[in-house]
Amino acid sequence: MVKVLLDKLDGLFAAIAQKETLYIPIDTPTGAKYEKWSDGMKMSDALNTVRSPKDFFFPQTENLMEFKTEGKKIEIIDIRRENEDFVLFGVKGCDVASFDVLDKVFLAEPVDSFYKNRREHATVVSLACNRPHETCFCGTFGIDASAPGGDVVCIKTDDALFMDAKTEKGEKLLSLISEFTESTDGKEAADTAGVIRERLKKLPLSSLSAEAFGDGKTSKFFDAPEWKELSQTCLGCGTCTFVCPTCQCYDIKDFNTGHGVKRFRCWDSCMYSDFTKMSAGQPRLTQLERFRQRFMHKLVYFPTNNNGMFSCVGCGRCINKCPIQMNIVKVMKKLGGTENG
Amino acid sequence: MQKIKREALISRASELLKNGTVDRVFGWKRGEFDYDITPALFHSADELEKDFVWGSLCGANFSKYLVKEAAAGEGKVLVFLKPCDSYSFNQLLTEHRFPRDKVYAVGVECAGMLDAAKIKAAADGLSAIRETENSVIAETLYDGDIEFKPDDVLAERCLNCKSKKVVAFDEMLGENGEADASARFDEVEKLEKMTPDERYAFWQNELSRCIRCNACRDVCPACTCEKCVFDNPESGAENKAAADSFEEKMFHIIRAFHVAGRCTDCGECSRVCPQHIPLHLLNRKFIKDIDAFYGDYQAGEEVGMRAPVVNYTQNDPEPGDVVGGGANG
Amino acid sequence: MAENFEPLIPKIGVVTDIRIDTPDVKTFRVVTPDGKKAFDHMPGQCAMLSVPGVGEAMFSITSSPTNTEFMEFSIKKCGCVTEWLHSMEVGQEITIRGPYGRPFPVDTEFVGHDMLFVAGGIGLAPLRSVINYCRHYRDRYGKIDIVYGSRSKQDLVDYKEIIDEWAEDENVNVYLTIDREQPEWDGHVGFVPNYVKELGFSTDKIAVLCGPPIMIKFTLAGLQELGFDKTQVYTTMELRMKCGIGKCGRCNIGAKYVCKDGPVFRFDEIDELPDEY
Repeated sequence: MVKVLLDKLDGLFAAIAQKETLYIPIDTPTGAKYEKWSDGMKMSDALNTVRSPKDFFFPQTENLMEFKTEGKKIEIIDIRRENEDFVLFGVKGCDVASFDVLDKVFLAEPVDSFYKNRREHATVVSLACNRPHETCFCGTFGIDASAPGGDVVCIKTDDALFMDAKTEKGEKLLSLISEFTESTDGKEAADTAGVIRERLKKLPLSSLSAEAFGDGKTSKFFDAPEWKELSQTCLGCGTCTFVCPTCQCYDIKDFNTGHGVKRFRCWDSCMYSDFTKMSAGQPRLTQLERFRQRFMHKLVYFPTNNNGMFSCVGCGRCINKCPIQMNIVKVMKKLGGTENG
Repeated sequence: MQKIKREALISRASELLKNGTVDRVFGWKRGEFDYDITPALFHSADELEKDFVWGSLCGANFSKYLVKEAAAGEGKVLVFLKPCDSYSFNQLLTEHRFPRDKVYAVGVECAGMLDAAKIKAAADGLSAIRETENSVIAETLYDGDIEFKPDDVLAERCLNCKSKKVVAFDEMLGENGEADASARFDEVEKLEKMTPDERYAFWQNELSRCIRCNACRDVCPACTCEKCVFDNPESGAENKAAADSFEEKMFHIIRAFHVAGRCTDCGECSRVCPQHIPLHLLNRKFIKDIDAFYGDYQAGEEVGMRAPVVNYTQNDPEPGDVVGGGANG
Repeated sequence: MAENFEPLIPKIGVVTDIRIDTPDVKTFRVVTPDGKKAFDHMPGQCAMLSVPGVGEAMFSITSSPTNTEFMEFSIKKCGCVTEWLHSMEVGQEITIRGPYGRPFPVDTEFVGHDMLFVAGGIGLAPLRSVINYCRHYRDRYGKIDIVYGSRSKQDLVDYKEIIDEWAEDENVNVYLTIDREQPEWDGHVGFVPNYVKELGFSTDKIAVLCGPPIMIKFTLAGLQELGFDKTQVYTTMELRMKCGIGKCGRCNIGAKYVCKDGPVFRFDEIDELPDEY
């Protein structure tokens, strides 16, 4: 473990940015967001970004390939390029864990080479959450916000950032910035982690349990009468899906540029009425069914297929952003029978 | 802050359930925190007593839900209408979107709604929100209590409130206020004073944050098309994601055009936007221009009004007047 | 990067033959530009065909893997992509990727069994691959019964092949039916599920069903009445698919993805899925 004094952070960022593209969370009038670092930018102290960092690996839209057509002939143009190395700085424990969830989908055979390309070229520098919010429930899914994952794990104290490399990529990054860091026994970091752990225990959602859910619970919950009330006022918009760090459903569409065709993929939402619509029919006719799909997927289907890993990391974005204030916590409490408990 | 108390709403709703006037109640349901209040249906006095809330964090406008819900039950549904909600209610009736005789509307005096996001932005780890006569107090996990002046954390739409008057109700709780649109176009005028380049930059910055979640459209009481063109592959305009930043503007501008003359300025679009895009300003600009061209018109003020944009009169401005550039030249 | 395999990037396919089967079904023969089969597959598997600028859609591969020259797709006109495909001429290039999904267990569970195939309308398309596979490796399977019905004689897909080849085979029985009487038809008239019951098959066989949901529902019920167990009956499902590789989320039912874990399911497996298809 090494530490860097906070007043040297600008220099450290500049040193990283000289070698690789660096993204850090910055404050904006409408909340924090990741931005490509440039001189003078300060890292946000906000708990988390409005949009999750899933964009870095699974962008909202991306071109997959292009086609040129002439008469009856088609030419397929592979537009993939080796991604440049980049550093994602200040990712919180929940969001780092969301990358593991996305990996289960995109890196499963057959591997999605677009995702893999970005993932392989990224160095993820995580940051412990000193002041977790009332909407945080990462602990429900076994995530420790005081000890996030990633290639380098950071804990911020009053005057320094403590950095601990966990992977080869992490070591490489730390060696790149060694002139800014000094060695440390890490005691202050450990103390801060201890304070964070105490704070996590006291959070209002700290007792939320996912135990009732998981592998094999389809029949228990699928026909539960509670879905009706839970989904009753759902607008069917995609806010929860799009701010969610683990939602990864996508659509593939063609765009005719006039000079050729671009095939792109974009985020899609199982909450949308046309998600499963096809010429032959529509298996999910009501919002109840679409609403149920999203939560069953996160709480039952995904863990069934992935050794119990839930596809929720407790980041709380849906609690903050749902237009009708319905969210996975309410769903878990209602279905799990711990509502108002 | 709200003069009418939760108990008054519960007691009236319970009576109306009990005497059979209605068989269900649209209301605001408590959540995990003081601010995550969900629109919900209540069926009994017990349910109301347990979970019904009313206060300055009850922003949701129920009018649009009536399109599906009014005809869904045997009896009438009770709906609480704040002043701005009541304009949406009337506009939907004008458009024949739900049967009036299946709804019992209770108007509620409103002192303005708070914007939880504004409070959150200034209060890290918000554990509770309390209101006193002249202040809003945020209880936090780490910084103790933080006091706000109500105006500093008022919802954007309430800062420029157009009306305190409930325009549709079967009965009223509290005092009915008056319409006052004097401050309504303040923000629009600021935009109009910008140079075209500044204005372009303003919207570019705002709309570039759009994640196309469609929350603005899906919450909008004027957006009640059975199938939105943007969702319909056969429309030729289906569009799930913007191909470029220009297209992003198209979605919002087309939507603003489509609701022009029907938008009552309820402000739900901006309230629900996860990216805090001030979408209501687009609609207000349209309203302001319509007022300037055709005379003052407030959609939803009365049932059955014909919006100037779908109503021909001999005094309508010539196309040339319109092409000349907005109301302010 | 470019040499990395990417499942979403297709290959070019050339349409070398177009057969008009019915007023709304055409069968397209597809090879690579150098005249080869695009890839190997097993009966029941699917491929993504696309017309750049129009879209991509999943189709079951109609030809049997034993055909080493080319692949065939019998496609009903019912949406944007299929409409475009129906307007194509021979020589047109399209794109193709696959094979996708779990095939029928033709080399395992089916081996040594009498087979009963029941299809309705375009539902014959996926079964044609299995039927021709079983006919090719004839000695691996017992008796083959084929019940196939459509709205009218004109709507029977592959009619010529059925009459000239399948019906001529030894130990293969073909039972055709159409929904309503018509002058040029002297065969059976009536709906497929009723015909299956009338024919009253013995239960010592494996049944494979494909057709409209309503046909599947009533045929399955009919077979159960005859004494068939759900573990003896297979079908192939259709859901909206975009990626074909179990990632885009569209065809997710319960913990299964139809594109990856299906499209072939045994009915006892379907029973374990939530009722959402």
